[in-house]
Amino acid sequence: MAGDNITLETRGLTIRFGGHTAVDKVSCAFSRGVLTAIVGPNGAGKTTYFNLISGQLKASEGTVILNGRDITGLPASQRTALGLGRAFQLTNLFPSLSVFENVRLVVQAREKKGFDVFSLARSHSELADEANAILKRVHLAELADYQVSGLSHGDQRKLEVALMLAMKPAVFMFDEPTAGMSMDEAPVILDLIAEIKEQEHATILLVEHKMDVIRTLADRIIVLHNGALAADGEPAEVMKSAVVQEAYLGREIADV
Amino acid sequence: MLSLISHDTPRSKILTVILLAIGIGLLFAPFLFPGSRSMETAARIAVFIVLVASYDLMLGYGGIVSFAHTMFFGFGAYGIAIASDTLGRGFSSLAIGAIAGILVSAVAAVLIGLISLRVRAIFFAMITLAIASAFAVLVSQLSTITGGEDGINYQIPRELTPAFKLMSAKIFDVSVNGKLLNYYLLFFCSAGLFLIMLRIVNSPFGSVLKAIRENDFRAEAIGYRVVIYRTAVTSISAAIAAAAGALYAIWLRYVGPGTALSTEIMVDILLMVVIGGMGTMWGAVVGATVFVLAQNYLQPLMQVAVDATKPLPLIPQLLDPDRWLLWLGLLFILSVYFFPTGIVGRLRKNG
Repeated sequence: MAGDNITLETRGLTIRFGGHTAVDKVSCAFSRGVLTAIVGPNGAGKTTYFNLISGQLKASEGTVILNGRDITGLPASQRTALGLGRAFQLTNLFPSLSVFENVRLVVQAREKKGFDVFSLARSHSELADEANAILKRVHLAELADYQVSGLSHGDQRKLEVALMLAMKPAVFMFDEPTAGMSMDEAPVILDLIAEIKEQEHATILLVEHKMDVIRTLADRIIVLHNGALAADGEPAEVMKSAVVQEAYLGREIADV
Repeated sequence: MLSLISHDTPRSKILTVILLAIGIGLLFAPFLFPGSRSMETAARIAVFIVLVASYDLMLGYGGIVSFAHTMFFGFGAYGIAIASDTLGRGFSSLAIGAIAGILVSAVAAVLIGLISLRVRAIFFAMITLAIASAFAVLVSQLSTITGGEDGINYQIPRELTPAFKLMSAKIFDVSVNGKLLNYYLLFFCSAGLFLIMLRIVNSPFGSVLKAIRENDFRAEAIGYRVVIYRTAVTSISAAIAAAAGALYAIWLRYVGPGTALSTEIMVDILLMVVIGGMGTMWGAVVGATVFVLAQNYLQPLMQVAVDATKPLPLIPQLLDPDRWLLWLGLLFILSVYFFPTGIVGRLRKNG
């Protein structure tokens, strides 16, 4: 975890909803080539923390720094353009468009072609070729022309990963990528994440509940508890810690 | 041919036939349907196709509800009227009036968009309603400039009026005069504007609009600044509506609140979009044609029906031409009930 490899950092990141502090002064840095699993019980603020980083929510306090630049005040679209890739927990796609068009739109956004008014979208074969290549990579090539709303849950999860790949981000943020997937579908996603980790040398943040997944993929675990950072370190040592015991085994910290 | 319509084919045989019939009908209207009434109808259809398509650009593609579309239409119409009235008749007045109207329209749309589009869609709808009402009041109050409720009659270049004879001979019994030139100016400009819009919806920009309509939250997350795209499409739509208003003003040689600003026109536009089919440019063509034809010919048609059913009880009273709005309303309810995706959506589903 060398310091100059840091791509993303949050400093004292906080958000309050009325009197409730959902994310409480979380300071944490994430480095290139490291997969960090973010764990914690339901309601610990994991997804809220993600929303603060990717810009769906505005922080009450604290800053988000991406590649040395303060992005706290930027809208989500600009954060994406600067290399922050976010996949969503609840599938959140363009339902009545085709699988291909979903990916093509992301490639088009990355290539900043969205304001081109007079050429035909279909004439940009370079965007289409890249979209097709990505679909092949996530094993969705044969479903390219299908409408997304007709896809199985598992295939929609794969498409979610495809959109992230199309962004070519510096930071990948996965929010429970295998939630609701069957036992035989989940490995496809997990293999993809492992592949991204190796090939792209990217910073990866992963919110996950399944301990076996964390054990195989994570290089580092941070634990959120009531919105605050409760533990941070190597998987083996964090797993043993009291907070994780409490969160996952249901024991009170006092009992341990 | 395919690239002219941006590869956006009708995707239905019946629809192709209908669209060809409308296109050919409008192109040869002065020869196929001579007479001033049918010419007026044809011109109105052409203008409303552009106006409705520009509204659908916002509503059907951008997912934005606006009630200010007649205001933008009015900007163009009043631009022509005020320029011709104050600068005198001439092509330069028409050009200045049209350009001014289009510019004012585009800028006003950007301002309204930037103020209100970043909030909720309903807020934008309310803002447009308020601004359009305020503008209508302003127009009726500033009677020294706008003619108030009476509107403005003005002169257009002689070359565009019936008094100008291009040649003494007639073609197919139709005299080749300025009125004919005026019609073709309107027709070809309308066709050009329509093809530009067809190009826009099939461009990369158009694909972003569809994404925003589908899921604006995700469109933002994948890197498109939604408020900027919404504002841009509102501005393009407003500019084209103003161009349509300018064309109609050149044709009518009169502009008043009733022809260019009334809420009635706003409601008509909404009905035409829904009847034709939202989210498809071809829907505007079908919707505007069906609606304008019904507006203009339902009454005479009902008179025919009354005469035919004279001996029967009650039916002649129901079919009285004075009740044409009732029947138009009924037609609208039936069409929405049976074709919720509009005529175009329905035809595409069938084949």
